[in-house]
Amino acid sequence: MIAAAKQPSGAASYLRRPSTLVGPARRKRLIALFALLPALAVFCAFWLLPFSRLIMMGAEEDPSSGISAYLTILTHRQYLISLVTTVGISLVVSITAVAIAGIAGFFLARQRFFGKAVLVAILTFPLAFPGVVVGFLVIMLGGRQGALAQTSLWLFGERWMFAYSLAGLFIGYLYFSIPRVITTVMAACDNLDQSLEEAARSLGASTWQVIKDVIVPGIAPALLSTGAICFATSMGAFGTAFTLGTRLSILPLNIYGEFTNYANFAMAAALSVVLGVITWVALSLARRLAGGNLGASV
Amino acid sequence: MKSHLRFTLQLGFTLLVCLFMIVPVAMSVMAGLTENYFVGLESGLTLRWVDEVWQLYAGTIWLSIKLALACLLITTLIGVPAAYGLLRSRRRWANALEELLLLPVAVPGLATALALLLAYGSYREFRGSWLFILVGHVLFTLPFMVRAVLSVMQTAKLPQLEEAAASLGASFHQRFFAVVIPNCLSGILAGALMVVTLSIGEFNITWMLHTPLTKTLPVGLADSYASMRLEVGSAYTLIFLLMVVPLLVAIQWAGRLTEQRR
Repeated sequence: MIAAAKQPSGAASYLRRPSTLVGPARRKRLIALFALLPALAVFCAFWLLPFSRLIMMGAEEDPSSGISAYLTILTHRQYLISLVTTVGISLVVSITAVAIAGIAGFFLARQRFFGKAVLVAILTFPLAFPGVVVGFLVIMLGGRQGALAQTSLWLFGERWMFAYSLAGLFIGYLYFSIPRVITTVMAACDNLDQSLEEAARSLGASTWQVIKDVIVPGIAPALLSTGAICFATSMGAFGTAFTLGTRLSILPLNIYGEFTNYANFAMAAALSVVLGVITWVALSLARRLAGGNLGASV
Repeated sequence: MKSHLRFTLQLGFTLLVCLFMIVPVAMSVMAGLTENYFVGLESGLTLRWVDEVWQLYAGTIWLSIKLALACLLITTLIGVPAAYGLLRSRRRWANALEELLLLPVAVPGLATALALLLAYGSYREFRGSWLFILVGHVLFTLPFMVRAVLSVMQTAKLPQLEEAAASLGASFHQRFFAVVIPNCLSGILAGALMVVTLSIGEFNITWMLHTPLTKTLPVGLADSYASMRLEVGSAYTLIFLLMVVPLLVAIQWAGRLTEQRR
C-alpha cells in the first residue's frame, strides 16, 4: 500500500494535469506534512516539551542526598528496593497471566461448545475497567468484608485478608492482565495454520508434542508480546495500587508520594523518567514482536 | 475417553478463570443494591445507594461525558488528517512519527501528568479548568484514533481510489472529503468508540491533573472507595459499568465490522 502511494503508477499519473508549479511528488509530501501538523503541534507542545523538561529536572539535586536524583535512585536502598519490587511483581504477574490465559485462550480458540460466547464475554469485558475499579474488586475479594474474609470467618472463625499487601497487588494486576492475554492468544490461535497441527498429528505426534513443537512456537511471538504489554501495564498501574493502600513501596506510589507529600520534584521526575523508559522499552519490544496492539495502560 | 477427560479438565480450568473474573464484579453489583452489605441479602434490595451516588457525584459523571465528547472531537479533527499524513509520508518517516505519537501511551500516565503539571501548572486559570484534563486525555487517546483510521486506510486501496479521482480532475479538497473520509468511516467509528471508552475510564493522568472542582468519574470512584461506605462505592461502580460495558460491546461489534470489510 505504502509503495503504491509513493510511486503512482499506471495511466492515471500520466494523465493528471500539473495543477501547480510544484511537482506532484513534492506537493504530495507537502500535503502529508500539513495533514500531520496539528497532531504534531499538540504532541510537541503538551508532551515532548514537558517531558524533556521532566528529564532535565530528574538530573537536578535531590534535597535529601545532595546528588542528582538519577544517581540517588541507583545509590539509595529505599529506591532500589522499590525498583526491584516493582519490576519483580510485574514480571511474575506477566508470566502467570500468560500461563493461565494461554491455556484458557487456547482452549476457547480450539473448542466449540454451548455457552462458549458467554465465557469469552466474561473473560474480555474487564478490559474496560480502569485500575481504580480493579483495586476495588480486589477489596471485594480480599478486603475486610471480602469473599475470602467471609468464607474464612464462617469456616474457621477468623478473617483472612490479602487486599492491602503485595498479594493484593498481584491479584489486581493479574485481574487486568488476563483479559489482554486471552484476546491476544485467541487471535493468534485463529491465525495459526491448523493444517500444521493436523500434519503433526497424522505423523503420530502426541498431543503434548503438538503443543510443545507446533502450537507454542507458532504463537510464541504473540505470547511474548502480550507478556511484555502486561509487564509494562503492571509497572505503571497507579490506580490499582492507589486504591489498595498508599504504603506499599512500588514505583508509581513512590512517584506520587514524592510529588504530593514531600514536594520533591527532582525525585518524582527522575523516578517517572526511569519508569517511563522501562515501560517504553517493554512496549517497543511488544510491537516489534507482534505489531498492531497499542497496549492501553490501566 | 482420554480426549474427553482433557476437554473436561480444560473446561474446568477455564471456568475457574471465569469465576475469578466475574465473582468480584457480581459481589460489587450486589453490594451496590443491598440495604446493608454487612448484614447481607436479608436486609433487602434497594436503589438507595444508587440514588445517593447520584446526589453526591452526578457532577463527575457529566464532566466525564463532556470530557469524552470534547476529546473525541479533537482527536477526530487532528487524528484523521494525521493518519492520512502518515499514509502519504515515506515509510521511514511515518514509522518514526507514529512511534513519537505513541509515547504518551507507552509511558505511564503518571509520568505524562507530572510533566504537564511541572510545565503548565503555574498557569493558574488553565490548571484549574477542565481543559487541563482534556489535554491529558487527548495525548493519551490520539494514538488509538490514528491507528484505527490508518489501518483502515491501508486496507481500503485508498491510493488507487484517490488516483482515480484525481485523474478525473478532483481537487485535493474534493478527494479528501468525497473519497478519503467516506472510505475510512469504519476506522473513524472504531477509533471513536475506543477514544470515548478510554477517556471515560482514564484515571492515572486525571488523578494528578484534577482539582476539587474538576473531578471526573474515575476520580470520584477513587474518592468514594477511600471515604464512603462499601455500598456507595459499589453503587458508583455499578453506574460506571452501565456506562462502559455497552461501549465495550460496541467496540467489539465495530471490530468485527472492519474485519468483514477486509
